[in-house]
Amino acid sequence: MRAQTSILSALRESAFASLVAAGLAFPILALGTEMDQSNRLVLEQRWSWMLIAAGLVFVGRFLVLILAQGRVAAAPVPARIWPPFVARVLPSAGVVALFLFPLVMLFWLGPQGSLKWINNYGVQILIYVMLGWGLNIVVGLAGLLDLGYVAFYAVGAYSYALLSTQFGLSFWICLPLAGLFAAAWGAMLGFPVLRLRGDYLAIVTLAFGEIVSAVLTNWTDFSNGKAGIMSIPRVTFFGLPFTASENGFAATFGLEFQAIHRTIFLFYLILVLALITHVVTLRLRRLPVGRAWEALREDEIACRSLGINTVNTKLTAFALGAMFAGFAGSFFAVRQGFVNPDSFTFMESATILAIVVLGGMGSQLGVALAAVVMVGGTEVLRELTFLKEIFGSSFDPSLYRMLLFGLAMVLMMIWRPRGLISSREPSVFLAQRKNVSGTHVQEGHG
Amino acid sequence: MTRRWLDAPLLTIEHLTMRFGGLTAVNDVSFTVGRGDITALIGPNGAGKTTLFNCITGFYKPAQGRLALARKGGALARDVEALTQSARRHAGDLYLLERMPDFEIARDARIARTFQNIRLFSGMTVLENLIVAQHNTLMRASGLSLLGLIGWPRFRAAEEQAIDKARFWLDKIGLLDRADDPAGALPYGAQRHLEIARAMCTEPVLLCLDEPAAGLNPRESAELNDLLLSIRAELGTSILLIEHDMSVVMKISDHVIVLDYGKLIADGTPEEIRNDPRVIAAYLGVEDTEEAVQVLA
Repeated sequence: MRAQTSILSALRESAFASLVAAGLAFPILALGTEMDQSNRLVLEQRWSWMLIAAGLVFVGRFLVLILAQGRVAAAPVPARIWPPFVARVLPSAGVVALFLFPLVMLFWLGPQGSLKWINNYGVQILIYVMLGWGLNIVVGLAGLLDLGYVAFYAVGAYSYALLSTQFGLSFWICLPLAGLFAAAWGAMLGFPVLRLRGDYLAIVTLAFGEIVSAVLTNWTDFSNGKAGIMSIPRVTFFGLPFTASENGFAATFGLEFQAIHRTIFLFYLILVLALITHVVTLRLRRLPVGRAWEALREDEIACRSLGINTVNTKLTAFALGAMFAGFAGSFFAVRQGFVNPDSFTFMESATILAIVVLGGMGSQLGVALAAVVMVGGTEVLRELTFLKEIFGSSFDPSLYRMLLFGLAMVLMMIWRPRGLISSREPSVFLAQRKNVSGTHVQEGHG
Repeated sequence: MTRRWLDAPLLTIEHLTMRFGGLTAVNDVSFTVGRGDITALIGPNGAGKTTLFNCITGFYKPAQGRLALARKGGALARDVEALTQSARRHAGDLYLLERMPDFEIARDARIARTFQNIRLFSGMTVLENLIVAQHNTLMRASGLSLLGLIGWPRFRAAEEQAIDKARFWLDKIGLLDRADDPAGALPYGAQRHLEIARAMCTEPVLLCLDEPAAGLNPRESAELNDLLLSIRAELGTSILLIEHDMSVVMKISDHVIVLDYGKLIADGTPEEIRNDPRVIAAYLGVEDTEEAVQVLA
């Protein structure tokens, strides 16, 4: 009896869903316009398409309802803690794997075949991992929503580009300088926004990102405007250039010259930079300033009542996050050999922020995973050339990137609203380290 | 009955006024808080008690008035006057609170507070809450976190001490076994206790509690009384509390201050307050004197 009524109600609900689908499909599918031979638009009626869509929705909805029956609502999944052994070994194994990655690729696919993997996947993803970790300090730990993070990336990139082309400074001098400049700009942005919270802070940081990009575009004397800065000195192996010349890297080490040497060196460089970001963040989380960041995210007023100088705390978060973006920026410049304002648009800030939010604010591993998914995913889309055979030769899967991002975001909102890894690891424990479930962790208001 | 608040004042409040636009929330209030006293601040809803608290702890800047805190010894009126004339915020252990921002009042003048609506760091563990409260001590020991970054041994030792202190307070409020749980997962009464412990971890000379017994059951309320009395007895911390629960007020306080419509209407021992006709009138209107007497009894 009960099964019967539930099937009836499922049928009723499916019928309703198919009715909605038919209503939606009517203007989109049932009626179409087509250009005839004399270039006039003629209305084409495709009622069968509409019926097929409605039928598919009916069947799909019915199956979903029937299959969902009898299944008990899933209990909330507790914050997962890795088995102790895995938790101890996994990070170092991952780092070792990353260090071996370019060499394995080189031996497996040869210098030509491995270039794509080391450069497009390796270096590209690691840049975003580093940027994600840097922004994680500001957004994930301190809870300050920053929509203009790319500005500091730009400061770093232009610092190296200008210092090297104008003053002939080497990359190894420019790298710390770029970090310092970016940190200074971070603090400079920090001051005016100290009193702002939430949406207001987000808007001002967004504007700051736009201002930096507008200045770089329009102040031609300084930055050469849209044309950008070209022929930036490429990276050297601590002074040895990656060229075919006699005092180049390959000749010095008795190797045959290959362009991939530079790419592999760049890979190790960004890997080390990203790991520095990670280690510094991990250590800072266990230090007073890092705990103050997290406390600030949880409750700013309580922080002040405990004698924490929230001004300094916010400024250090902004400055440190900016510093890592500055390092990444100067790496970007030395890798590309060319910078122009087009690389530092709001889209970049949005991507980095999406990485932090998708990964789970505050979680280092989550951010790294999200960077792999977001950036690696884009690259994978480029690979799907077989789709051309299905959808025609003009089909370019990478154009659907944004659509898929949007879909991924919506799905995340439904299933994991607090990101891939939402639980928080405590910075100190008395008896047992228990991860804090994401439901207790605040997202910050500033 | 000795009147410590007159002989040995810790905090002297003079002519404190706080306005929000046209509304005067605290109107020319003057009183003193005795060193080592438990002082209760009572009054009907909207009397300006929390506003007064926010002025003392620096969350509001008062429109006028002087709040002088002598952290260690008794301050001479002459010293207070000299400091007022100067542009400085403090001289020795004498602080003028109205000149200081909120976090400096907590850090330097050593006034700690709790909030009417509990403000714990709910996503951090119970232990972390107590460690964050020792931020300034740890910040000094870690060379502003920079030396801590390279594993400075002095910071390690300081952190051990901080954990020991946290353990002491967790033991005192009976939450030692929940040290590694998120603060947001604690039951309400435990959260209230934890907030007090967190405030005490800043080593205050004056602990300001905004309705600490609100929402507690009678047993928890009695535990709270014991906790406050032991804080005063063992650490000599003076306590200023806003309270509606008269059983708490009358049982543990040495000195009661009554506010009504932003004005101070009575100031004395619990005994005096209980029989003060103005207080009775303020609480339940002039006509229902009998009932008011019962409430205050």
